Amino acid sequence: MIHWIIVPVVLPAMLAPIIGFVMRHDIFLARVASVAGTAFLLAVAMGLAALAADGTTHIYRLGDWPAPFGIVLVLDRLSALMVLLTASLALIVLIHAIATGWDARGRHFHALFQFQLMGICGAFLTGDIFNLFVFFEVLLIASYGLMIHAGGRDRMRAGLQYVVMNLAGSTLFLFALGTLYASTGTLNIADLAAKVPAIPADEAALVRVAAMLLMIVFAVKAALFPVQFWLPATYANAPAPVAALFAIMTKVGAYAILRVHTGAFGPGVPGTDGLAATWLFPAAIVTIAIGAFGVLGARRLLPLIAFSVVGSMGTLLVAVAAFTPTATTAALYYMVHSTFAAACLFLIADLVVTRREGDSLIPAAATVQNGLFAALFFGAAIAMAGMPPLSGFLGKLLVLDALRTPGTIGWAWTAILAGSLITIIGFAKAGSALFWKSTAIAQPVPDATDEEIIPSAPVPARPATAAEIAPTMLALAMLAGLAIFAGPVADYLEQTSFQLFDRAGYISAVLAPVAEN
Amino acid sequence: MELLVATAIGALTAGGVYLLLRLRSFPVILGLALLSYAVNVFLFASGRLAIDMSPILSKYGDASYTDPLPQALVLTAIVISFGMTAVLVMICLGAFLEADSDRIDIDETEADKDAAP
Repeated sequence: MIHWIIVPVVLPAMLAPIIGFVMRHDIFLARVASVAGTAFLLAVAMGLAALAADGTTHIYRLGDWPAPFGIVLVLDRLSALMVLLTASLALIVLIHAIATGWDARGRHFHALFQFQLMGICGAFLTGDIFNLFVFFEVLLIASYGLMIHAGGRDRMRAGLQYVVMNLAGSTLFLFALGTLYASTGTLNIADLAAKVPAIPADEAALVRVAAMLLMIVFAVKAALFPVQFWLPATYANAPAPVAALFAIMTKVGAYAILRVHTGAFGPGVPGTDGLAATWLFPAAIVTIAIGAFGVLGARRLLPLIAFSVVGSMGTLLVAVAAFTPTATTAALYYMVHSTFAAACLFLIADLVVTRREGDSLIPAAATVQNGLFAALFFGAAIAMAGMPPLSGFLGKLLVLDALRTPGTIGWAWTAILAGSLITIIGFAKAGSALFWKSTAIAQPVPDATDEEIIPSAPVPARPATAAEIAPTMLALAMLAGLAIFAGPVADYLEQTSFQLFDRAGYISAVLAPVAEN
Repeated sequence: MELLVATAIGALTAGGVYLLLRLRSFPVILGLALLSYAVNVFLFASGRLAIDMSPILSKYGDASYTDPLPQALVLTAIVISFGMTAVLVMICLGAFLEADSDRIDIDETEADKDAAP
């Protein structure tokens, strides 16, 4: 056993209370500890990704109990990839939060941030479905705190909605787990993958109920139609760096669908064959449409970005719904891409919105560094909409290419292509209102003579420092890197999805008898 | 006993869902509490209903035992739902003090008011 596997869970779990209790009055100390911890997490995640890259499935037995009886952490290519994605996104977001001072606008930002990382990394690493529930709760309770960070009326109300929605989802998760345990007698994902195929189709009614309940729970997390309605209000009202971090939270839902519904209830299982895909595919199509029309209709910048996240989740889940290795490869590529694209959009939006009066999409006097912000927004928007040269184009191309089967091509291609077009129009409209028309408004202001006094009345916008722009640049650079190294990345992801579909390999690795010392 | 437990779970769930749909802070808190009671009893039942049996395998003869795992799951679920209820109460209180209203749903027209040109 390699003890590094549990470090992504234990490190933030130890760091968070230390930051919360010891460094609560010293924001500088908390910042240093938080950045150091996250940077170390990133290094560990890179090490784990290198460890998993050879294709072996590493097991970490908690308390050294053998697999179906004790809880195991499973490190394969998919979990290593997701932990690496989490750590790199977290570092980018953390630098932004510190540089813009968001972390000092309320209490305990860094402690909650580390607890959030603990929950996300744990959810990606665990091989036990009840343990997945526990890590979901950890990441949710931290996200409640982050969501209402810095307070404010609208944020508190949106946060309350978010909490109630997710508590109802957690209850549903427990009902699903109870049903699953009652019908199969196990909650270990590998053990489920071994036992569920043995259940004949006409006796699998309870397993099907449990599979669909789990699907609904994960759909709530992944913001899939018809349970996507919490996302725009939450993301639009959350502090922007937190919304950028939440970009990975929707991916937790997508990951759980991949892991559970491919691993345990996957294709070829008589009891649940085709069950997930039947519902996931149309729901994902509708989600794309909602996202696209939301982007077109939004009157404020942050809801617009939130709706583009909904649309990208739709695109991602259309690919997941095919449940084939090729489509899963495309889904994974798009997952990595859309995480950074969404985060990048929220970060640049934060820089722009704090320098304007609110985030309404109406022309107002141009802010400082209008050109720079416009360029960054343009880059992030074409990535999100799926235009070349950034990775969004390649991601959508891979998804389209994977969905060429006769049954899906019509709906999937229409939805993705039309959705992309509408998203582009929405982003173009927003960008021109924010940056382009604003320059026209700024011109007439100086020629009025009594304007000499007025400009000092609104807070003169401070130009963004290099540290504030760096995280956004870094996220854009990740997108560019993802496009430039698309070949090697796609190869790695292809092996990842083959490993995911190799159920026998997963089962034998996790349930392998413990070697005697 | 099966009928009794099943009816109890059903009644708790129905009450919970009804209260959840009231969209006011206090009924929603109560509703979520009822739902979590329902799910706790449901988890107990998922290990088969048994009376007067210890959750420990006896090494003296063939004394029957009840499944210990659901009890561990219920314990975890109780702890989590207790903590979550506490967080929810605090956030409800915060939202009520900030917004001077205990409604859960957000009035969209109100939220977009400042967005109108």
